[in-house]
Amino acid sequence: MTAPTRTLRVAKPGFRARLDPARRITQAAAALVIAIVALILAFIAWRGIQLFIDAGVAVPEILSPTWQPDPDSGPTTFGLLPFIVGTLEIFVGAALIAAPLSVGLGLFMAEVAPNWARRITQPAMEVFVGIPSVVWGFLGAVLLVPVLRTNFHFTYGYSMLAGQLVVALMILPTITSLSYDAFLTVPRDMRAASMALGTTRWQAIRHVVVPAAASGVMTAIVMGMMRAAGEALAVQMVIGNRASIAFNPMSPIQTLTSAITMDMGNTTPSQPWNMALWTMGLVLLLMSLSFVLLVRRLSARRPAE
Amino acid sequence: MRRVLLADRLATATLWALALFVVAILVSIIAYFVVSSIPTFSLAFLFSDPVDSGIGGILPLLWNSAYMLVLTMLLTIPIAVLGGIYMAEYAGENRFTNAIRFSQELISSVPSIVVGLFGMTLFVAGLGWGFTALGGALTLLVFNLPLLLRLSEQAIRAVPADERAASLALGSTQWQTIRHAVLPIAIPGIVTGIVLTAGRVFGEAAALLFTAGVATPAHYDFTFVSLDPRSPWSPFHQATTLSVFIWNTNSEANNPQHTEVAAMSSMVLLFLVLAFNLSSRWLGGALQRRVSGL
Repeated sequence: MTAPTRTLRVAKPGFRARLDPARRITQAAAALVIAIVALILAFIAWRGIQLFIDAGVAVPEILSPTWQPDPDSGPTTFGLLPFIVGTLEIFVGAALIAAPLSVGLGLFMAEVAPNWARRITQPAMEVFVGIPSVVWGFLGAVLLVPVLRTNFHFTYGYSMLAGQLVVALMILPTITSLSYDAFLTVPRDMRAASMALGTTRWQAIRHVVVPAAASGVMTAIVMGMMRAAGEALAVQMVIGNRASIAFNPMSPIQTLTSAITMDMGNTTPSQPWNMALWTMGLVLLLMSLSFVLLVRRLSARRPAE
Repeated sequence: MRRVLLADRLATATLWALALFVVAILVSIIAYFVVSSIPTFSLAFLFSDPVDSGIGGILPLLWNSAYMLVLTMLLTIPIAVLGGIYMAEYAGENRFTNAIRFSQELISSVPSIVVGLFGMTLFVAGLGWGFTALGGALTLLVFNLPLLLRLSEQAIRAVPADERAASLALGSTQWQTIRHAVLPIAIPGIVTGIVLTAGRVFGEAAALLFTAGVATPAHYDFTFVSLDPRSPWSPFHQATTLSVFIWNTNSEANNPQHTEVAAMSSMVLLFLVLAFNLSSRWLGGALQRRVSGL
């Protein structure tokens, strides 16, 4: 369903229209959004480069795998690589787990579900998306982590896999709802044409509906990844927070968001350690920016609806 | 031919199984909270103070969650609705509106912990407020404003063009048209947006850790109405919310019964968020019926 297109438009605003106070006031309110976002960007960028300017750390140092921020325990090295790798592992892993489930569920809701089933799944997704991240983190810590430790013989239970599973559940409703919308935008006629040629419903889905909705589904998955990359507390509560690069799903890791959560309260702005946390914030901001640009590219490629 | 039919059956069965699986996860999560809370939960939990050891209660945290909700929405609603009116009624397609849309997309993707950092530097340290409800609410404004602005814009855009044409044809000005013809019809949609945005305030924790504070309040004296930071009514009091409390209880784990306390608090939080989501549907529908006079 699209909003009715408005044929009515007050043509080009003339001099009097431009003086219209209501227009000016509402415009100022909208402009506030730009001002706030510009302020945040400037702030994070400025504080994020203090590690290089004020603390004199060389830029390539942040790509080191060693994180030793505490001057009391020897010479410091501000390698952010463990956190960057950890963040990548969490959002890629979570998307790999969640995408098949959510796209399948989106497909179910759009193509297969009878009305009564859709009346259950749709509100269920709304409830799902509303579960706060601390609740997810708590569930992960009290249910998932002990199971991983005792039944699957993880050393700690707090691990990369625990984080991936918790975040996968968190982004499941996001990807489901968005891919459901993508499937709904495929015109009915295309399915009908396919099935009139004698295909089964599954053939119509595989060869007609899915290819037509592909870029919308990709957008849905990227939006899910975006949410996963920025999630802080739920991740921090289950991944064990150890700042070393690990590729074993059973080992504890650390992400950019969880490091900021853990260390921000223990450091003061004049410490290089604190500045490094801001640099992590800047890295996260650049990640968000690339996600937004990716989503824009994907939706530009989508055929007109 | 037969293989094709078999594949169709198999795929259909898989999709059904998927849907059942996901709904089962959701049901078991809610069941887990209800079942695990039954042995220790009583209404007194909602109305007493937190304790260092034992079950205690969550009254001050519920108060802070509600306080943050009201304060944040008081700041957000007027600006967001006005901005939404501009975007739906006045704005054309130009660089200004493109910049607004890009800002909306960007802020919805920035991690909330990063926005929390911003709030901490500006309000807690920069303005020297320390941890305050107002600092937390202004930080939440950062996400909620762009979101509610978009939802209001959508609600206003959905008003049929005929309503505007009829009003303008009767000789009213554009603002009179917006005020008396467009807004009344858009209100159900705007209210739904407000309730959805408000529901997020309850759940948010990462942005509040460093802005509204994490310390668990011992006791609130509600008879002490003042701007003094010690008063629970003051916008300058440290306002640890229920979500932040859950995180803190679980992380510090000082209380021997922290798991029970966190589980019951999570259940309360979950039901509050649920109530918000359900009431946004119900309220939107009810207002819609009133407006359309059916």
